[in-house]
Formats: sequence, structure tokens, C-alpha cells
Amino acid sequence: MEDSKKLEEFQAKIDAEIKIEPKDWMPEDYKKHLQRQISQHAHSEVIGMQPEGNWISRAPSLRAKVVLLAKIQDEAGHGQYLYSAAETLGKSRDEYIEELQSGKAKYSSIFNYPTLTWADMGAVGWLVDGAAIVNQVSLQRTSYGPYSRAMVRICKEESFHQRQGYEIMATMAKGTPEQKAMAQDALNRFWWPSIMMFGPHDSDSPNTGNAVKWKIKRETNDELRQKFIDKTVQQAEVIGLTIPDPDLKWNEARGHYDFGEMDWDEFWRVVKGNGPCNKQRLNHHKKAHQKGAWVREAAIAYAKKQKAKQLVA
Amino acid sequence: MTTNEALINYCLRLGDSSLILGQRMSEWCSNGPILEEDIAMTNIALDLIGQSRTMLTYAGKLEGKGRTEDDFAYKREEREFYNTLLSERPNGHFGDTVARNFLHSAFFYHLFQALKNSKDEMIAAHAAKSIKEVTYHLRHSSEWLVRLGDGTEESHNKVQESLNDMWEFTGDLFEMNEVDELLIKEGIAVDLTEIKKEWDKTVNQVIERATLNRPEECYMQTGRLNAIHSEYLGHLIAEMQFLQRAYPEAQW
Repeated sequence: MEDSKKLEEFQAKIDAEIKIEPKDWMPEDYKKHLQRQISQHAHSEVIGMQPEGNWISRAPSLRAKVVLLAKIQDEAGHGQYLYSAAETLGKSRDEYIEELQSGKAKYSSIFNYPTLTWADMGAVGWLVDGAAIVNQVSLQRTSYGPYSRAMVRICKEESFHQRQGYEIMATMAKGTPEQKAMAQDALNRFWWPSIMMFGPHDSDSPNTGNAVKWKIKRETNDELRQKFIDKTVQQAEVIGLTIPDPDLKWNEARGHYDFGEMDWDEFWRVVKGNGPCNKQRLNHHKKAHQKGAWVREAAIAYAKKQKAKQLVA
Repeated sequence: MTTNEALINYCLRLGDSSLILGQRMSEWCSNGPILEEDIAMTNIALDLIGQSRTMLTYAGKLEGKGRTEDDFAYKREEREFYNTLLSERPNGHFGDTVARNFLHSAFFYHLFQALKNSKDEMIAAHAAKSIKEVTYHLRHSSEWLVRLGDGTEESHNKVQESLNDMWEFTGDLFEMNEVDELLIKEGIAVDLTEIKKEWDKTVNQVIERATLNRPEECYMQTGRLNAIHSEYLGHLIAEMQFLQRAYPEAQW
């Protein structure tokens, strides 16, 4: 009885666009959904540092190196405040990281693809961050306060990243024949995984139901995907690159681009752990974590000693 | 040797040391012991590469042959780099990086403090701007040296060994030749024997706080002034320069 009244009040708040805050009552499923989604988002930022980190040492100019470093630093920062947002739901960062490393928690599958040429730094910024922004802009209005505020902050930085990525692609597309070929190849490899970042079709999406009712999710996977495609097609045309989809064409009646079917076998294969870099990414994360164990222990031991000294004094 | 030639070499010494140490620090990306350290180390890498850009650009301007920061960074051979031997030491484990950075930051800190008064305006401005960054780098590495030194028995032993391993490359920081002589006379450069005294004070203080021992005096490796390096530098620059070397016609 009590709970159904609380649930009613909770839904009323959601419907009135009042943000839910950490100390407010919330249904267990709402909390669980958010723990899963926010931590997955945080893990994605952190794992996403690897494919881009792969090119820092080889960035082709000092300016490019600085821009890439700053971008990855931003992402680490996003990870940091997303973990903080997730921690407001009663689970520690350590617990979330444990779930990542045990394979219980996921991160965005896009980072399970390798970055093979410098053009991939362009493609990741332009397409991957571009897709992420579409999703994140929508999430600025999500019903959970800390998540919504994290998104507002993140969106500001992500739009820079997307522009920087596009700039790399544009420069390469008008560069030497080899550079142009690299740019096209990067687009070919990243296009389909990028549009699959929005997840399965709405008809096959297991997590959409309550998430929409509770306004965690403000738009569906297919709506967001369409937005991304509509804005990206022209950007490709402007720099003379071809999106690798023969079915892509403007549909006057719908006012949107029609596009071909995604390879859902590939999607599920990568989600389930068999993408080209799943094992590499997770092992890298675990290895860095293990290698840092003695450092974290030392920092804790030192802090304890300092505290004891203060007490004596 | 003209003052201009000496100054170009001086800029390369400063610029190359920042660049190579910055490249090393960037290797920590996604490898830090905690996320906050990933951010801190990337931050340091960013500062250092920024510093190198200023000095390499200035070297090009002084030279007057149209060479850019990237020409210096990407199109010189190993034997044309004037960075400190310490800056090119591999990252090793976190304690090795802390020890290396601490010794190097203490050097940069006192050097830049003194160079703020350089009669060369660009060098003085560079020092004044960099000192803020280097103060943070020194604090960051000092705090970690203390935490590791006074942390657990394992961390204490590890970082003591790191400090011992890095020690033989610290003499190279303070070596001088005719370039220094000429520029000191002009009031542009500073006497590194003076910097060494300040460096010793800082290093001793922090090592004591960290409950560590100052490594025993040992034979000091040398090479920076003649662009003679360890084997590590060749690999570092081969990787760094790959795209510029493979596609010399391309603009990025």
C-alpha cells in the first residue's frame, strides 16, 4: 500500500518533469536501470581511452598530439563524473569496476573495434562522438538529476570532439591520394558499428519499456539513429566521402534518409564478447588495474599513517 | 659560434627535453593506477608538449630557414636531439616514472625560476609561463614520492630502487659547454652549478620527507650536450615520427 502510493508520487514527479534526486524514493527497478546505464556509460568513457590512446605516440603533428591528448583527458574526466553520478545510487566505483572486469557490466561495443590508421582518429571523433552526442543531448533531459547534470557538462565537451574529428577527416579527404584512401577506409569500417551504437531496433530492445515511462530515456533507439544519420550524410558529402550503404537515399515523404539493414549478427557477436578487441580492451584494463594495486595500497597506507599522526598531535 | 647559434641550441635543449618527457608521459594514457592519475599524467604530458612547441617554434624563428615546430620534432634524427638523458628513460612502473619526473621537475623548476630573468625576452616569457606548470609537476611527483616512500614496505623498496636507478642520469642535467658559457655572458642562460645547489636542497628535502635515502654518489652518465643518447630514444622517435616519415608529402 505504502509502496504503491510512493510509486504514484514518483510517477507524478516524473510526469511533471521534476528531477529525481539521490535521496528521493525511487522504485528498485528504476535504480537498477540507472546503475546499469550510468556505469555502462562511465565504463565506455574509460575503455574508449584505449583505441584513441593507441595513436597518441604517433600523432602526425604536435598540434594533433595535443588535441588528441586533451580529448582523451576529457573522456577520463567524463568517466570520473559519471562514476560519481553512479555512486549516488549506492554502489561504489570499485564495485562498478569489479562488474566491468568480471564481464557483468558492458561498455559501448564501438570500442571493440581497432583503430588502424590516423584517419580512425577522425572517424572516431566524427562518427562515434557524433553518435554519442545525439544520445547525450537527449539524455540531458533524463529524469535522474545527477545523470542529467553530468550530461549537460559532457555535451559541451563532446561537441568539440566531434568537430575535431571531422576536421581530421576533412583534412585527410582533401590530402594526398593515400590520405583520402585512409579517410574513406576509416568511414567504411566505422559507419555500421557507429549506427549500431544506438542499439537494437525499438521492436527488439529489451530495456526500453519502463525507461521511456520513467523518462530515463527520452527518445527511442530508432529515433536517435535516424537523427544521427540525417545529420551525418551531408557532412560526408561536403568532404567528398561516400557512406558505405548502397540503400542510403533521401525519402521526401518521410523527410528522412532511408538506409540499409544493419548486420545484427555482428552486433550481438560483439556485445557477447567476440568483437575484434573485446578481450584486448578488458585485459588491458585489468592489467593496468593490477599493476597499480601496490600504488593504491601505498596511498592508503600513507593516508592512514598521516591520520594517526594527526590524532597523536 | 654566434649568440644566435648558441641560442638555437639552447632552445632545442629546453624544447627537446619537454617533448621527450611529454611523449613518455603520454604513454601512461589508460595505464594509470587510478583514473585520477590518468588525468593527472595526461595533464602533465599536455603541459610538456605545449612547452616544447614554444621552444621549437622559437628555434625555427631564430634559425630563419622556415623550419616549424613539426620540422624539428618530426624530421630530425636521433643524433640531433638535445634532450636530457633523464627525460628519455622508459616509464617502467609507476614508481620509476615518479622518481624520474621528480628529479626532472626539480631541475626544470629551479632552471625556469632563474630563466624568468633571462635577458632574452622569449626565454624569460617561456620560463614565466612554464613555471606555473612545472610547480604543479614538482608537487605532483613529490607528493607521490612521499606517498610511495612512506607507504608500504613494498612501495618504499620499489621507489628507493627507482630513485637509485635514475640517479646516474642526473649529472647530465647540469653539464655545460661553450653554449652556456656564451649565453651566460649575455645574461640569457644561467649557470647550472647554481641550479644544482637549489636542486640538491629540494631533492634532499623531499627524499627525507619520503623516508628514503639519497642515492650514493656514482659515476654520472653524460651525452645531452653532444646529442648522444641511450638506445631508448631511437625507438621513441621512430614511433613518434612514423607518419611524417612514411608520408613526407602529406599535410595533417
